Amino acid sequence: MSSSVAINPSFAGDSGANGAVEMAVQTNDLSLTFETADGPVHALSGINLTIEHGDFVSFIGPSGCGKTTLMRVIADLEKPTAGSIQVNGTSAEQARLARAYGYVFQSAALYPWRNIADNIALPLEIMGLSAAERRERVARNMELVELSGFERKFPWQLSGGMQQRASIARALAVEPQLLLMDEPFGALDEIVRDHLNQQILQLWNKTRKTIVFVTHSIPESVYLSSKIVVMSPRPGRIHSVIDCDLPRERDLSIRETPEFLEIARRVREGLREGHADES
Amino acid sequence: MLMKANAQRYFTRAWPVVSMLMLLLVIWYAAAVVLNAPFERDQNERNGVANLSGMAWISTVLNQKRPVLPAPHQVVQELYDTTVKKKITSKRSLVHHSIITLKTTLLGFALGTLLGILLAVAILHNRALERALMPWIIASQTVPILAIAPMIIVVLNAVGVQGLLPKAFISTYLAFFPIVVGMVKGLRAADPLLFDLMRTYNASDWQIFWKLRLPASVPYLTTSMKIAVAIALVGAIVAELPTGAVAGLGARLLAGSYYGQTIQIWSALVMASLLAAALVALLGVLDSWTRRRMGQMT
Repeated sequence: MSSSVAINPSFAGDSGANGAVEMAVQTNDLSLTFETADGPVHALSGINLTIEHGDFVSFIGPSGCGKTTLMRVIADLEKPTAGSIQVNGTSAEQARLARAYGYVFQSAALYPWRNIADNIALPLEIMGLSAAERRERVARNMELVELSGFERKFPWQLSGGMQQRASIARALAVEPQLLLMDEPFGALDEIVRDHLNQQILQLWNKTRKTIVFVTHSIPESVYLSSKIVVMSPRPGRIHSVIDCDLPRERDLSIRETPEFLEIARRVREGLREGHADES
Repeated sequence: MLMKANAQRYFTRAWPVVSMLMLLLVIWYAAAVVLNAPFERDQNERNGVANLSGMAWISTVLNQKRPVLPAPHQVVQELYDTTVKKKITSKRSLVHHSIITLKTTLLGFALGTLLGILLAVAILHNRALERALMPWIIASQTVPILAIAPMIIVVLNAVGVQGLLPKAFISTYLAFFPIVVGMVKGLRAADPLLFDLMRTYNASDWQIFWKLRLPASVPYLTTSMKIAVAIALVGAIVAELPTGAVAGLGARLLAGSYYGQTIQIWSALVMASLLAAALVALLGVLDSWTRRRMGQMT
């Protein structure tokens, strides 16, 4: 199977030259090689990816397949060594400078010396918003992630799940169209994770944001996504893209349905083939 | 019930300190007997007097006028005589001398902290500056302060800087070092993820400095300040030696050694260490206050 896949076939032909339809993310033969003491490491190789506005795209794959690196390239935290990338029709750097996305890391990465409200207000302070505007956005987003009442608590006083919700609220407070989430629930237990998955899905439904989500978990990727990008390691590349056309309104019971299990099976197959390529 | 629990907690906290203190006192007394006895014996031999024995002997040995090692109670007596029983304005008041040394220490410490922070910020700003400055900063600390202190005083005197400032500069010279080292480390100490986050917010260097680097460095700063204040006191005492031993704890030490007044030397030493302990404890309070303000557990 080719590693070069356009997610939406209807745009496959005109995605490069015709700028009429602006994509949330579009990469063209993108590669990234890290020079290390042990020689070059091909973190990403020949990535062609298109993400439409309003998509919920999951990157899934084993460790070392470059899913986090790809996310960091979209966020302009890493620069590609070959190929090109556009975010919202501009360069990744311009998108970053325009604060076009919110980034949620694997760990909550809250500032330990700021309480929860002040943590969420931090990007707003940097953007230079007025105190009133900051207060309003902090309150609204804390309510959205069900953290109201914890404004004055410090991060260490909250559970891991609550900390991660705070970090999501912080990303949302910037009001970006694009949300980049790098294994945000990886460190949480199954029950908390299910709960947060439901919340994030509701959020996606409500706000129609574009979400890019990195995960290790097949059920999580199928449950959340509209598109699943299966990646394989060494060099990190896209193995296949699987459409996940379950209804947008989903609850956890959908995971028992045959449609769900069928998609999960295809993802698992893709992952296995990706490993087989390697050997 | 609560009071009992509190009392118990104080006891568990206090007993290692108290027992250590007792042990030190026992060793000190024993050493004083051993070190002061030869003088007493010589004296008796010269005068043809028989040595006393038992408690009487020990009591004599521990109450000499100019002992090799003064006994603790002699030092305490001297401290009491020169603090409580003397007017603060008196030249013989240890409080008077302590205040002079304290002023020098605090000014030198404040300047040293400021200089240390400024140097650390400069080093952080420019890697080339780090290579240019660090060897000099380290070299500055390898020069014996006792050798360089008189030069600084003399040179500054020649350009008309007199009084508190030249002495404070010696304190500054010592105190800035732990601050630079601590702050360079502290300003780089924040979690790399937090720096990434700042990048995603398109934060300016200035914003990264104020909202991330500086707060992350505070625990490093307060720890460095504890070290700096103690050596600032050492610097102040050393600085008082070449100024003609007029005033300050350093002057008391020097005058004491001129005239063989060991009790005076020891009481000045004890005073200096009490002062240092108080200053460090005060910074400890500042440290835990900032930690609480910054949401840390302790």
